[in-house]
Amino acid sequence: MQMKQVAGAAFSFFAAGLLMSGVTQTTVHAASSDKNETYERIQKTHKMNWGVKGDTKLMGLMNIESGKLEGFDIDMAKEITKRVDPKAKVELTQITSGTRVPMLLNGNIDSIIATMTITPEREKVVDFSEPYFNAGQSLLVKNSSDVKNIKDLDRKGARILGVQGSNSIENVKKFAPKARIVALPDYATALTALQSGQGDALTTDNGILYGMAVDNKGVKVVGGTFTTEPYGIAVDKDNPKLVKAINDAVDDMKSDGTYDKLAKKWFNDVPGMDWKEVAK
Amino acid sequence: MQDFLQAYSWVNMRFLLNGLWITIVVSVVSIAFSFVIGSILGTIRYMKIKYVSEIVGFIIDLIRNLPLLLIIFFTYFALPKVGIHFNVMISTIVAMTIFESAMLAEIVRSGIKAVPTGQLEGARANGLSFYQALWYILLPQAYKKMIPPIVSQFVSLIKDTSLATIIMLPEVTFRAQTIYAQKPAQIIPMFLMLAILYFILNFTISRVGTYIDRRMAS
Amino acid sequence: MWSLFTSHASEFLTGFGWTILSSVIALIGSTILGLGFALLQIVPNRWANLVGKIYIEIVRNIPLLVITMFFYVVVANIFKLNGFISGTIGLTLYTSAFIAETIRAGINAVDSGQYEGGRANGMSWWETMRYIVLPQAIHLVIPPLGNQFVNLIKNSSVLAFVAGLDLMYQANMISQLTFDTFNPYIIVAIFYLMLTMPLSYYMRYLEEKNAH
Repeated sequence: MQMKQVAGAAFSFFAAGLLMSGVTQTTVHAASSDKNETYERIQKTHKMNWGVKGDTKLMGLMNIESGKLEGFDIDMAKEITKRVDPKAKVELTQITSGTRVPMLLNGNIDSIIATMTITPEREKVVDFSEPYFNAGQSLLVKNSSDVKNIKDLDRKGARILGVQGSNSIENVKKFAPKARIVALPDYATALTALQSGQGDALTTDNGILYGMAVDNKGVKVVGGTFTTEPYGIAVDKDNPKLVKAINDAVDDMKSDGTYDKLAKKWFNDVPGMDWKEVAK
Repeated sequence: MQDFLQAYSWVNMRFLLNGLWITIVVSVVSIAFSFVIGSILGTIRYMKIKYVSEIVGFIIDLIRNLPLLLIIFFTYFALPKVGIHFNVMISTIVAMTIFESAMLAEIVRSGIKAVPTGQLEGARANGLSFYQALWYILLPQAYKKMIPPIVSQFVSLIKDTSLATIIMLPEVTFRAQTIYAQKPAQIIPMFLMLAILYFILNFTISRVGTYIDRRMAS
Repeated sequence: MWSLFTSHASEFLTGFGWTILSSVIALIGSTILGLGFALLQIVPNRWANLVGKIYIEIVRNIPLLVITMFFYVVVANIFKLNGFISGTIGLTLYTSAFIAETIRAGINAVDSGQYEGGRANGMSWWETMRYIVLPQAIHLVIPPLGNQFVNLIKNSSVLAFVAGLDLMYQANMISQLTFDTFNPYIIVAIFYLMLTMPLSYYMRYLEEKNAH
């Protein structure tokens, strides 16, 4: 009798825990290479699972108060979903630059909208939409730093912070070959590391860096951009229908003014940033 | 000082405590599964069944000798390749269960081994089958001796759940990082709070474990 | 898998080197610290016992990752500590608490008559420890200490969180460069097993020898 009660209590504890944490969405489906598989799945299940950032202000950031993700990429994901399948529910999965491609290829997420630059290497493994945002790589330094641009970092002993899996850490090797790269798991750690003196500068796209500088009076963006980083929305290979649906959705948002509204909402008040430049 | 107090606002604390809850759920579910699987594997290894025990033993040793972080990665990125898609939380539970089952199997094996052989022989002489002797005589005595190592394994598990921040499990360490990345002034209070939360949780569990151990021994 | 290894051999081997270096430094450091805190717990002084106890209880109950991150992002503001150093300090402190407990248990397991005999023969507390108790305790604690070292090697993967250049860090970097999430991890798994398997089998052999 007592055992039964203990077992019952234990069971309800687990069940409550699992439900409260929202773990009910585990799916088991064959990793097939069928054409348009993702698109058909979205149309069938009416769910679109986006991989988004949670550590980059303006683009995708976890709001501590509400516990929700918010930013330009998040709003874009919601608007695009509406246009791809009006009945679909938006699901957001927090990813990092290092985990996003494997997660997409594994089918854990349907598409990525997470400050992801379209590059030839990535195009070999995933398909991209048309660019929806024009970022450029730049530098974030402490206010006390005398680094003015990337050339100042091309010396022995310089340490440049970046994030694992971002193409910024590959790019920077061309511009400052003598510097050492310190690659961290996510932007939250990278920013904290810059402030603790773990590197002379943090490099990534200006959109992300401006977001970091908004709340942190101790750091600043310097040197302008030294690359162009067109952001694309990535989906698994062999999904032409989904790519087209996403491209159509973005075009539609641009013609009906939704896109400008979102760009203005997120980037208008950011010092040093011209939303008309990036949102083209 | 004001930054210090602001760091412990209700908004932050609620955010952290939700993370602590995830830490607890992941740990409790994983230890429960590992206890069952580990007991089975440990018993198989103890029984010295030809080939089976050796293969099981080798797999246990492989897993025990790999970093947990590697197993977490592997579960998250390799399992979907065979068509099994987990969300982060289930994936962490699976990884933890794989690792902890191997650890517990070893504890169970040495626990049974420590029971005096006379016990088994006596039971067999009284007409019990091997499985009956195992189930009614050996295991209950073995488990009593295993309480301290199992409790310390559980404490390790709670601490190790923090490694899943690498695959973005929104547990308590991950959430503290999220807070101090957005509010750098709160970095020291956040570390302090993390230390306090983990300490209270783990210290309590160790103490409860010691208490149960003493009760069982007397 | 072989072609992936040959094309990134220098990264894998560098990672292997840093993993070994960090483990060896932490091994030496944590053994010294661990012995110190074990003795602190048993010296005939209540305040020293308390200090030892508090250190061990705090360090044992906090995740290694949290200790390491603390050094990497907080302590680094005052002392210059890079990822490798922060990770190695974290490993040393964390492991020292477990080693202290192992050594203390070993000392307690030595028959108390041995200690009393030493004292009765006019030896000081320290002499009794040094010449009578510790030599016997070492014999008992070698297998569990060896298992702590296996844990230490495995735990050194925490360096990957702070760009510590170790095996796990290299696996992540190669995996992200090649978009291969399978083979880099298999290769580093083999490297880890090369270190941990022989050590843990040897410890099991010693354990069984001690039991007879």
